[in-house]
Amino acid sequence: MPELPERKWTMVVDLDACTGCSACVVACHTENNVPIVGEEEVVRGRAMHWMRIERYWEGEWPNVKARYMPVMCQQCGNAPCEPVCPVYATLHSERENLNLQVYNRCVGTRYCQNNDPYKVRFFNFFDPVFEGPLKEQLNPDVTVRSAGVMEKCTFCVQRIRRGEEQALVENRPLRDGEVVPACVQACPSSALVFGDLNDPDSQAARLVRANQRKFRLLEELGTEPAVYYLKGSESHVGE
Amino acid sequence: MRQRHLLLDPRRPWDVDKDVLDPMYRTGRRFWMLFSILGGLVVMWGAIWVYQMNWGLGITGLNRPVMWALYIVNFVYFIGIGHAGTFISAALRVLKIEWRRPISRAAETLTVFALVAAAMFPLVHLGRSWKFYWLLPIPNQRQLWPSYHSPLLWDMTAILTYLTGSILFAYIGLLPDLAMARDHTVGWRHRLYEILALGWRGTEREWANQETALNVFSYVIIPVMFSVHTIVSWDFAMALQPGWHSSIFGPYFIIGALFSGVAAVILVLALIRKAMHLDYFLRDEHFDGMGKFLLLLSFAWAYFYFNDYLVAWYGQAPVDKVLQDLFEKGWAAPLWFLMLFSNVVLPWLTLWSRRIRTSVPALFFVCVFVQIGMYIERYLIVPTTLGRNALPFDWGIYIPHLPETLITVGAFALVGFLYILFSRIIPLIPVWEVYEGQVLQGLRRIGRALIPTRAEPGE
Repeated sequence: MPELPERKWTMVVDLDACTGCSACVVACHTENNVPIVGEEEVVRGRAMHWMRIERYWEGEWPNVKARYMPVMCQQCGNAPCEPVCPVYATLHSERENLNLQVYNRCVGTRYCQNNDPYKVRFFNFFDPVFEGPLKEQLNPDVTVRSAGVMEKCTFCVQRIRRGEEQALVENRPLRDGEVVPACVQACPSSALVFGDLNDPDSQAARLVRANQRKFRLLEELGTEPAVYYLKGSESHVGE
Repeated sequence: MRQRHLLLDPRRPWDVDKDVLDPMYRTGRRFWMLFSILGGLVVMWGAIWVYQMNWGLGITGLNRPVMWALYIVNFVYFIGIGHAGTFISAALRVLKIEWRRPISRAAETLTVFALVAAAMFPLVHLGRSWKFYWLLPIPNQRQLWPSYHSPLLWDMTAILTYLTGSILFAYIGLLPDLAMARDHTVGWRHRLYEILALGWRGTEREWANQETALNVFSYVIIPVMFSVHTIVSWDFAMALQPGWHSSIFGPYFIIGALFSGVAAVILVLALIRKAMHLDYFLRDEHFDGMGKFLLLLSFAWAYFYFNDYLVAWYGQAPVDKVLQDLFEKGWAAPLWFLMLFSNVVLPWLTLWSRRIRTSVPALFFVCVFVQIGMYIERYLIVPTTLGRNALPFDWGIYIPHLPETLITVGAFALVGFLYILFSRIIPLIPVWEVYEGQVLQGLRRIGRALIPTRAEPGE
């Protein structure tokens, strides 16, 4: 088997372009078989969205503006959630620079969530229920997780895998834009861009390079997130 | 002076044996009532655990920022209780403090039972409890070890070491008393003690070996004990969570554990003295000594808490400020002030007085408050602190639900159940230690004064 190249998968989120429409959230749910926990559970603080839109209000009434910040697993280069897992259920892929989550290893200590400053890991408090037609659209490429395990955004690792395998079969390098996570695909305002930072010509690398607006969430913690935000004008979200 | 000091008030050995053994045979109506109530609560505890495994942790009050709550609070609390027994027994033995003799057994057994309750909680707390053995520090069938990066594995290793060590330490000290009980009993008790006493006959060599073993254990178990609660504190301190990420947590947790543990030992001593009529063995001098020790630990606890608090307060980092505001002015304020009252104000105002220290009801009252205060302290550290973090969007509030509350009650019942069960099986007063102390100590008349003297064995 030929050596696969080293990747640095990156998501760029343009806060100026985000309208807070939540299409990414819905797309993520359908792609990754994320259960819909229902109103009652959301009120209890157990909403499960691998991708969520954080809404912040800025300014004093009546000049209030809603600001949106999509937050998903930041796929940190130096992830706090990884070392604390005693059973290697969450671990680092050195080649792809991804935080992997192995569901069938997880015993549910939930330490990863405590040590995750972004709170983007989700615990299955109950067995997932997919009502009515939702069952018919489950993605066969993604495991349905049982009660008692952690889960989180994977950057749609199943799509990354399919893209790399396709490129391997056709004996060519993976093209930029060939791998598109569900949220990026669904974003109507193209606020989300996905790509490999190791490929200097990728759209993501070009956006990140020398962009005055870029910042990373809670960067001061030294987690080296792989998600870059581009700051919105007149906005202080994420500061 | 004879009345004040047990070791200066010797009686014939067979009378002493009888004093210890007689209450063990008594199982009156009150005993069986308590036995069935506590036993029922333990069964309920198990039933709720099964129910939780069937439905998932959703039946508890956990939510997204607050992933650790009452189960972990109980875990830290019971580990803390489990600290004092060994410390009192081993450290006071190493330091040759003589008044420890009659209380060491009650303290050691409390350690073991509290550790059993504590060790259950990480399992109850798991999302998939039936996979708990994946956390044990042993390799799996493919020779893969669990991750040694994780404080949880250190935790598992330390607790199993400490539990094993504590059981062996208590058991070695128990051997001569089991043999004593064997020689005084008939029927099933005799057969049981015959097995448990491991053929102890009381030869010179056996005593010498036991002495050596206990000395080695005393020295070894003290660092193990320190490591256990330090590692428990690392479960928190190693995390990036604001309010947890503090380098003082190790010693601070040890002091907290000893503080609540010593108070718990005093509670147990007071209860068994009353219930089993052990007034000959447990005297004012013991409560006086333990009370002084408790006051000292209260000073130490306050010192560490002040340190931890002041550094965060002076730094004025936004998240730390949010947490401190929550404790001082937010919904957690009543808990925070009750904690400070129970852990600092009340002990400082009362325990300086010898009259209060030697009055069992008064000391009992103070110790109950210390338990409440230290329980609240863990509650503030675990679910309350977890509800706040750097991104306000992810804040949350935890409210305990019925299942975990009942499991908490069940855990207290488990400790009580084990205690009253074993109070009828093993002698709760180390008769041989008391006897040894009484032989070594004596009153000598010098002129008109009676002076207590002590012989050093092996010199």
